[in-house]
Amino acid sequence: MTVTEATTYSPPPDEAPADSPRPLRSRRNPADVAFRSIIVSAGVIVLSIMLMVGLFLLYRAREAIDAAGWGFLTTAEWDPDGGNFGIAAVLTGTVLIGLTAIIIAAPLALGTALYISEYAPFSLRRTLINLVDLMAAVPSVVYGLWGLFLLQPDILVVGDTGEGLPRWLATYFGWIPVFSITSGGTPIDPRDPLISDSVFKSSTFIAGIVVALMVAPIATAVMRENFSQAPLSEREGAYALGSTKWGMVRAVVLPFGVGGIIGGIMLGLGRALGETIAVFMVISVVFTVQPRILESGTSSVSSLIALKYGEASLFATSALMAAGLALFVMTLIVNFGASAVIARSRSGSVSDA
Amino acid sequence: MTAVFTPIDPTQVAAAPVTAAALPPDPELPEVRRTLRTTQARDVLPLVGAAAAAAALAWLMYFAVAPWSGVLGFVMLWYAFFVGLYALLVSMDGDAPLIKDRVAAVAAHSLAAVLLLALVVVIAFTMWRGRAVLPYGNFYLEDMSIAGPLDPLAVGGILHSAIGTLIMIALALSVTIPLGIVCAVFLSETSGGFTRFVRTIVEAMTALPSIVAGLFVYAGLITLQGLSERPGFGWAAFLGQKSGMAAALAISIMMLPIIIRAADVVLRLVPGTLKEAASALGASRWRVVWHVIIPTARSGITTAVILGTARGIGETSPVLLTAGVATAFNLNPFSGPMSSLPLVTFSLTKSPSAAFIARGFGAALVLLLVVLILFVIARIIGGRALGEQTPRQSRVAARASQRDVARMSARHVPEARVPDETYRPPSPPAAGVA
Repeated sequence: MTVTEATTYSPPPDEAPADSPRPLRSRRNPADVAFRSIIVSAGVIVLSIMLMVGLFLLYRAREAIDAAGWGFLTTAEWDPDGGNFGIAAVLTGTVLIGLTAIIIAAPLALGTALYISEYAPFSLRRTLINLVDLMAAVPSVVYGLWGLFLLQPDILVVGDTGEGLPRWLATYFGWIPVFSITSGGTPIDPRDPLISDSVFKSSTFIAGIVVALMVAPIATAVMRENFSQAPLSEREGAYALGSTKWGMVRAVVLPFGVGGIIGGIMLGLGRALGETIAVFMVISVVFTVQPRILESGTSSVSSLIALKYGEASLFATSALMAAGLALFVMTLIVNFGASAVIARSRSGSVSDA
Repeated sequence: MTAVFTPIDPTQVAAAPVTAAALPPDPELPEVRRTLRTTQARDVLPLVGAAAAAAALAWLMYFAVAPWSGVLGFVMLWYAFFVGLYALLVSMDGDAPLIKDRVAAVAAHSLAAVLLLALVVVIAFTMWRGRAVLPYGNFYLEDMSIAGPLDPLAVGGILHSAIGTLIMIALALSVTIPLGIVCAVFLSETSGGFTRFVRTIVEAMTALPSIVAGLFVYAGLITLQGLSERPGFGWAAFLGQKSGMAAALAISIMMLPIIIRAADVVLRLVPGTLKEAASALGASRWRVVWHVIIPTARSGITTAVILGTARGIGETSPVLLTAGVATAFNLNPFSGPMSSLPLVTFSLTKSPSAAFIARGFGAALVLLLVVLILFVIARIIGGRALGEQTPRQSRVAARASQRDVARMSARHVPEARVPDETYRPPSPPAAGVA
């Protein structure tokens, strides 16, 4: 233990100035200043574009909403130039199509997500994930073609009398008001062999099935992402306690992924509400509040816009903007609800849908 | 004590198989190798039996008992019988937890099968109906200006729509790629109230229905017909009409939030240790972004852009409102309607003419193939994890770092270097340095 070179530290001479805190200021690198201003300006540009869209919608929609007042929410007809217009019918149709779609899509998505994350052979998993993601990327017009040319004429409403699932539902569940069918307002008997197939075509139900197929992959992707993050230790714990696979899923995976399930369903619902072209291809638009989902004729906000934009005067365009704004507000609430639920769930995963 | 140590009754041992298994193996019998496979015959056989029995029952109900018809009904009836019979068969093997387990497995498998089958049917149906026009070369090389509803498939094609789609998506991408990526960098590199506000607004805008984006451009630009007649606004002539530019704007508004959000997610996944290491080596902020963050997240960003492009190409409703349908070539995005693949599919299949419907399916098929190719490219690029390199990329990176080592060891030649076994410049110092 020989101390060598003790001279490396010497106490400061008394006449030296007392220690003062060094000023901690980073030198501004000019390249960094330029970089920062570029990225901030990109943020400002994107923000202003987005705000411009939103504020323009609000501004143009106000004219129509001011003119219509509260009647905008309760009127079913659409005759803006006659001053009698409202979104009661289209909003009902939109919500019913969205709900039908999500009621069909939710179990499909849940089952597929569970299958991919729990049951599928490991070597197949990657392929299945890609397949589901591809399904989400298929253009909506292709789903519309499928619904219009295969699902409706060959699977659901077959032949001149419209044999198929809608008729069966109307026959045996017609006592539930949403499954009843009418013709021009008077109830008709689905057992009547003489009714035409057109009663069952172009309905909320068929549009809902088409949209369900479009939104199921999105919901599946979110749910699967959540399920696959369920901690391995808890899974093994469940197995170690003698659980079956389903017991493990019930006790570990589903409680863990409940946020993902709800979030995925809501994200799918948001997508279903805004879907345009597949719905527009399948349904025939009517402007009455039509709560019977099996009956021909329904409407949606996006179909209204696609149908009426061309012939619209300046004021009628403003009325369409108001309808579009209502749709946007609805999808916005659903989407923010979805991301809040996903973010608060235990897994807290991010979704890219 | 004697009550506890009751001698084992040999007859009871034979009756209880669990105790029998615990006995030492009989040296007379050869050892049998146990199968380690998780699926066994006794798991598969009930499935097969239930399926066959359900088919027989459903056939009986359909053709002998009830006056029912329809393929869909038959399949649903068969499935109901199948699940019931399967549960019954499994109940012979075990108790309630086992039955629940097996039925849940069957449910998960069949739901997944329905969804994946539906996808295959959607794609296969489009291909099947579109196959009629595929052999015609003119379908890819001509436009629809001379093809009437009664003309055979040997006349007319969709090249104008394919080119229109390409022009629109190219215009849209030239705006959204730089703006979207830089904005994503902004969101991930800065923090504070403003960043949070921008992120919230971008997230809100992903909920914007595509038709509302189209309506915005329609109401904001296309209805401005009078503007170009005012003095000084001659350049604005393209605003008052449906055009490829208007469609590109609508698609951009729709794609921008999608790309920003996906790219932001990827950028935030870049490990903080990499950024800290780069800063610790003295790199400035933009160098960290340019040389570390972007290269690490490159595959993810590319995937975000390509998937956004696939969405943008496939959307029909914004182009319906802003670009319109044209039957002839229009290469000028600033004037006149410009056709696109999804819209031409939509408008052709609305026609009652069989030839038009066939062409519409052909256009849908081409669109589907474009999306499919984009998707496959995205997966090939984005399939790797962050920062994972292809062999070629790692060779390039290795060469670059060899050059750096050579350069640096040439610049700082230490006067008396301590011999170091671990440090070996891969190439000798450049000549000229003594």
